[in-house]
Amino acid sequence: MKADRSVDCVGLYCPMPIVKTSQEIKELGEGEVLEVVADDPGIKSDMPAWCAKTGHQFLGIEERDGEYHVFVRKRGD
Amino acid sequence: MDTTDRKETGEGAESATIVVFSGDLDRALAAFNIATTAASLGMEVTMFFTFWGLNVVRRERGGGARKTPLQRMLGLMNRGGSRRLRLSRLHMLGGGRAAMKHLMRRFRMPSLEEMMAMARELGVHFIACTTSMALMGLTEKDFIPEVEEFAGAATYVERASRSSINLFI
Repeated sequence: MKADRSVDCVGLYCPMPIVKTSQEIKELGEGEVLEVVADDPGIKSDMPAWCAKTGHQFLGIEERDGEYHVFVRKRGD
Repeated sequence: MDTTDRKETGEGAESATIVVFSGDLDRALAAFNIATTAASLGMEVTMFFTFWGLNVVRRERGGGARKTPLQRMLGLMNRGGSRRLRLSRLHMLGGGRAAMKHLMRRFRMPSLEEMMAMARELGVHFIACTTSMALMGLTEKDFIPEVEEFAGAATYVERASRSSINLFI
């Protein structure tokens, strides 16, 4: 999946990936895709939860070499 | 309407309130972890520091207000400042705390001080309880500048009544 912006959260634990995601998403335009790369498995549950609460669209997770690449589409208004 | 937008306009955002009663380092870490997460989920977050929890947001050096002899004694045994907080378990005269801080650094987890700065950047509100302050002989000068409000339980209850998350830590 292609992303417009990527944020590296490898080696970081809760709450950092979610805090960083909420900050990074502000830099995107509506409909653009943010990729979050993390290795804490909590992200698999936390990112869909963050999306459900904030209204951004959860696109999916690709697992590669122990890292999770999570894709989120910024919501429109 | 987008929750982030609601948060920015300050109207109708979902909110979370956290009473920080404990002055234990581990409990304070949990409180700030939840506070920063809730703020990241677009919620308006208020942390109400009371009793031993005041130590979390106290300056290390006091503001020098007049105290009764008992309050002075309490002040000597109950010194403020986030770096002085103890672990609720396995503190071991500070050895446990040092080990815990080492482990947190090793795994790149933010320190309590970093979490507090992050919470403020995310717009989390800090309130100190004026009744506990009076009991301990503390004034506004005894607190870090991030504490923006000094208030009583009515302020807290009013906010908690509008909150969907309310915790006592």
